[in-house]
Amino acid sequence: MLQYSAQKVGLVLAIVLMGIVFAAPNIATKETLDNLPAWAKGWLKPMQLGLDLQGGSYLLLEVDLAAVNKEQISNMEETVRATLREPRIGFRNLRGSDEGVFVTITDAAQVQQARQAIAKALPDMALSVEEENRIRVQIPDKIKKDRELAALSQSIEIVRRRVDEFGTSEPSIQRQGADRIIVELPGVDDPERIKALIGQTAKLNFHMLEPNAPAVADARNLPPGAMLVPGGKDDPQTYVVRRRVEVSGERLVDAQATFQDGQPVVNFRFDTAGGRRFGQATAANVGQRLAIVLDNQVISAPVIRSPITGGSGIIEGGFTVQGAQDLALLLRAGALPAPLIILEERSVGPGLGADSIEAGEAATVLGSILVVGFMIAAYFTFGVFAVLALVANVVLLFAAMSLIGATLTLPGIAGIVLTLGMSVDGNVLIYERMREEFQNGRTLLSSLTSGFQASFLTILDSNITQFIAGALLFFLGTGPVKGFAVTLVLGLITAVFSSIMITRMLVWFWFRSAKRAELPI
Amino acid sequence: MKPLMSYLPKDFSYDFIRARSIAFLFSATLIIGSIVSLATQGLNFGIDFAGGVLLEARAPAPVDLAPLREKLNNLGVGDVSITTFGNEGRDVMIRVQQQEGGETAQTAALKKVQGVLADGFEMRRTEVVGPKVGSELVINGALAIALALLGIAIYVWFRFEWQFALGALLSLTHDVISIIGIFSIFQIQFDLTSVAAVLTIAGASVNDTVVVYDRVREMLRKYKRLSLPDLLNLSLNKVLSRTLMTNVTMGLGVLALVFIGGPTLQNFSLALLWGVFIGSYSTVYIALPILVYFELRREDLTITQPGVTQAPEYERTGG
Repeated sequence: MLQYSAQKVGLVLAIVLMGIVFAAPNIATKETLDNLPAWAKGWLKPMQLGLDLQGGSYLLLEVDLAAVNKEQISNMEETVRATLREPRIGFRNLRGSDEGVFVTITDAAQVQQARQAIAKALPDMALSVEEENRIRVQIPDKIKKDRELAALSQSIEIVRRRVDEFGTSEPSIQRQGADRIIVELPGVDDPERIKALIGQTAKLNFHMLEPNAPAVADARNLPPGAMLVPGGKDDPQTYVVRRRVEVSGERLVDAQATFQDGQPVVNFRFDTAGGRRFGQATAANVGQRLAIVLDNQVISAPVIRSPITGGSGIIEGGFTVQGAQDLALLLRAGALPAPLIILEERSVGPGLGADSIEAGEAATVLGSILVVGFMIAAYFTFGVFAVLALVANVVLLFAAMSLIGATLTLPGIAGIVLTLGMSVDGNVLIYERMREEFQNGRTLLSSLTSGFQASFLTILDSNITQFIAGALLFFLGTGPVKGFAVTLVLGLITAVFSSIMITRMLVWFWFRSAKRAELPI
Repeated sequence: MKPLMSYLPKDFSYDFIRARSIAFLFSATLIIGSIVSLATQGLNFGIDFAGGVLLEARAPAPVDLAPLREKLNNLGVGDVSITTFGNEGRDVMIRVQQQEGGETAQTAALKKVQGVLADGFEMRRTEVVGPKVGSELVINGALAIALALLGIAIYVWFRFEWQFALGALLSLTHDVISIIGIFSIFQIQFDLTSVAAVLTIAGASVNDTVVVYDRVREMLRKYKRLSLPDLLNLSLNKVLSRTLMTNVTMGLGVLALVFIGGPTLQNFSLALLWGVFIGSYSTVYIALPILVYFELRREDLTITQPGVTQAPEYERTGG
């Protein structure tokens, strides 16, 4: 039973050899890796370092879906108002809420007519007539879900574009759950600017300023169809702006920061339809003031001197150079469908990351020396076998982590140190069993065989139970802790292989190499 | 010179089970103490669970805390704790409590604190955890621990008998409560890494339990007339050398982490060190006595383990 066939030896050696090959990129220089042929690059790559080791930022964002729904309800409310006004159907108490849009029709005879008109204007919505001539318009759950999903994917897309424009290396942007986005930015230790960029909805609309605005405007004396919009950051003024959107920012195809008369400005260009609409609007309002509204703030209100028909224009908003660049970037990337809320933010500077790597390496080296020294002192020759198995174990662990693209984190390094201590457990179980059997008067070969046989299921059982704990940590943990779970779980698998297969092979070679009758421990 | 292991006596014959009443007293004190502490002073939740803002920064020269503390306290962000650590007092750690007013309030607080530190400080770490994520992480952490215990118990039930599963579950619960209790009693910061430590300890503890249980099962088949307490003692003594060895090797690895693993891992490693001890202790004094208490009988053993005691004899080759 102890015997090792040539095929089996070949298999074990092949696995270890593969382990060495796949683990090698971790100690290779970057230059060597860059010079690899293309086919090898996909396979031979070093372990990824977690953000806690290489430095970087982690942001957990939530798409404010409530805002998406609120906006849709508000749009529906406007549609209902317009739909009922045209055929002159009398209504009152038009209001939108989370439950839908409600409107009471004044004349009971017109309820059916109103219902048909609304159904035509809002074909996908669920309509119901309630008591006292009240019509309720609801968004069906499926459509609501679809829209939320669309808002999430669109948000991810826009965030990706903005982050890409920002030019960080290898950012990762992932969806999490129904309304969340994880953004990981390696090498960014102060995410202030990125946060500012991601945090802006960047909804740009071109309106006209209300020419007949009262001198002191407040919500009660506004002309019909006008609204109050505050000015930008350094502008204490409040503007009276016509509600009607002349051209929306969705029509923009490009935006660049440039200079005009030494001032930073943003140069923008519309698509064909947008350019035509902008031309018409400016032609009709020469001498009036345009209101450029970004996220419900008037960032600029220039006087239209002549029709702008070229489909492009500039925004001068008293920008700083960076302000102009950021706005151009945001306009190029497009508006978010809903505001993003930062739920969680973790950043590690490169200094701390390097310190952590250093401490982790030192602890690994010290741990290895202690465990190796102790095993050899305790078991001599068999201790050396255990150490060889341990080395193979670490190599295989590194290889497995590199191959599956696992991320090494600081707790992950702790997992490796812990694996060092725990993986010799298999050897200890085997050796102690051998000792026991040999002391009971069995022959050497019988003791050796029994050592492996009796320990096999024990090793398997004890590792599987630990595996369960590690797996749960993986599924329910986040970030660095997940990294710990990965090394722990992979370490258990490689430990079982090396303590059983490799140790057995070494013991078999040792047994065959001379006339052995005594157990050397 | 001979290998260290050959200096160990051939057979141990300690009467572990006899000391079980003293051990019971110890465990009872530990568990009751833990529960009382958890109920009265609770856990000192780290930022992962409590939310708020955490900042680690390094100054070019040793930091004078008093003026910095005054500036931070005047920010109007509530309770601010500031401590220096390591590096001749150049490293400061600032923790701001969870802010009222949801997620955006946390980010605003971070900005204020960063404003104070603006001149000369190198930002080494910033963490902002909003109330939503904080409470989710608490739930996930508790869920991970509970499911791990349950999963392990089910596996042991499947591989052994229900008495063993119960023993493993109770000894694991004992370990988990006592380790969380230690965090509470000494008010050591409890965060996600602590949950990882708890689960690792659970894993290591059940590892030890399973090894002993395996031997108990084997002995039950081998020695038909031995009383259960004697048999448990015998099994424990048989695996004692292994338990010692494994605890030493694991302990060595953990010690390396404690001493040079860096401040981030300090609490984690200390918890593990305690876990190495409590894991072996609970095997002897919780997992095994449960078998006696629930009157495990040989007839209960239904699963046969192949080829353990009937290992074929080989003739000595060569010789």
